Amino acid sequence: MGFINAIPGAMAQGLIWRLFAIGLYISYKILDIADLTVDGSICTGACVLAVLLSSGVNVYLCLIAAFIAGALAGVVTGLFHTAMGIPAILAGILTQLILWSLNLKILGKANLAISARKYSVLLSSMDNWKAIVVSAIFCILVIVGLYLFFYTEVGFSIKATGDNEHMSRAQGVNVDLNKVIGLAISNGIVALAGALLAQYQGFADINMGRGAIVIGLAAIIIGLSVSMKIMPNFVVSLIGVVCGGIAYYLVYTFVIFLGLDTDLLKMLSALVVAIFLAVPYLKTRYFKKQRIYEDALTEAEEKEETNNA
Amino acid sequence: MLKITNLHKTFNPGTVNAKHALNGLNLELREGDFVTVIGGNGAGKSTMLNAIAGVFSPDYGKIEIDGVDVTNIPEYKRAAYLGRVFQDPMKGTAADMEIAENLSIAARRGTKRRLVWGLPRKERESYKALLAELDLGLENRLSSKVGLLSGGQRQAVTLLMATIKEPKLLLLDEHTAALDPKTAAKVLQITEKIVKEHNLTTVMITHNMRDAIRYGNRLIMMHEGRIIVDVSGEEKEKLTVEQLLGLFSKASGDEFSSDRAILG
Repeated sequence: MGFINAIPGAMAQGLIWRLFAIGLYISYKILDIADLTVDGSICTGACVLAVLLSSGVNVYLCLIAAFIAGALAGVVTGLFHTAMGIPAILAGILTQLILWSLNLKILGKANLAISARKYSVLLSSMDNWKAIVVSAIFCILVIVGLYLFFYTEVGFSIKATGDNEHMSRAQGVNVDLNKVIGLAISNGIVALAGALLAQYQGFADINMGRGAIVIGLAAIIIGLSVSMKIMPNFVVSLIGVVCGGIAYYLVYTFVIFLGLDTDLLKMLSALVVAIFLAVPYLKTRYFKKQRIYEDALTEAEEKEETNNA
Repeated sequence: MLKITNLHKTFNPGTVNAKHALNGLNLELREGDFVTVIGGNGAGKSTMLNAIAGVFSPDYGKIEIDGVDVTNIPEYKRAAYLGRVFQDPMKGTAADMEIAENLSIAARRGTKRRLVWGLPRKERESYKALLAELDLGLENRLSSKVGLLSGGQRQAVTLLMATIKEPKLLLLDEHTAALDPKTAAKVLQITEKIVKEHNLTTVMITHNMRDAIRYGNRLIMMHEGRIIVDVSGEEKEKLTVEQLLGLFSKASGDEFSSDRAILG
């Protein structure tokens, strides 16, 4: 029964993490940048919300502030990368480190409780069904918003930037600006997810983003491997990412229920992502080798036959 | 139309790999000129095109398009004046986007991109007609991802993208070199049709001397970063491959070394 009882909680958390994964999708899939800023900006979102909420600001305003804070972090990474020529992955690491200090300054201490009993939060772990509904609404709103955005002229040019920089520049697209915009939106959504997560768990913690990108990638990779087979389109792939996230969290809850040492969970997540990332590569390598070998075999056989004849 | 004055560019200066790719290049094009460019490997043909497009900034010299000094304008802004097709069919199109989406991005070259619908239905319909003119059966595949097309089809789409918003200058960088002979001929035929229809000022690099003679109204040959042969009009009409080779050795004091250019 323990596992069944844990399902609603796992789903609620899964949905919040999926919002995070949708943000990550923009940098990882659309811009083709592995943006490590997200480990910091998810925490920034949580910190901003916790501090503002506990000083009496309306919860919706807190969410907007969290989004803006995350977007600014994205702008910093974007400028490191485009204006200063730092490789994207390093730019993300640098911003992440900057954010760690900033988050401590924002929070004022290592963690801050925002109890649902004391503050008017949108969701909390005390009412998992409500948390599921609220986080699902956020996921849907963000997916619809992104769908509309990526079919505008600006959205097209951002997609093209990630797809083919060469072509984009030749068609008059300012690729540097687009990368900054893309990273800002991505990290804004990530911070929004952090703000929801802080409300759900009832506190913001300086360490809450560590390894987040791995969990996000797991959701994207699991989700896309299924949704791309059904229908390769933007909305379906984002829904796939959401479902992938829920699946990941159900498995996660299940292995904890089985009594696995929770200290090992992050290692396991990383290994799962490593395996999923490696599969396409290993597949082509293995099959290619086999084909070359087979071709050589048939060729040798044919030669032998002609020789015999 | 296009005026290049005393252009210099050295790659990897101060190292053993230093390469003086453009060495005092001068070129002036009139409105409606269709120039073919030939020359051996490393002659500076692509470097010249990339300099015009703004891929890098030259060490010295000036580039003007239609009287505007563009020497220091960044590549993406200069794109407003230019249509470009590259040698590599992968370079000119976004593979994960639909044909229609690619065209829509190209149609907004040089204008500010706004937060409005990127591909209105009416525009979609107009692309159908444009694609039908290519005669490659692409008019019913507007929603196909460009990555699914063949190299020749991608080059044809890139050509359409380069000219959908009429450029002041069309730059073709060996755009048929990566295609099989039959497809290359087809793409060249489309090229000529589009250039004639819009009376586009065009610079086309080719490794094929026959094509260089057959197409356009002017032919230039490059060697070591500058122009060594420049023929146009009637003189060009009568040119043969043998004469061209003769002109080359006379002007450069060297044998033409690229078999590909002679035999192709």
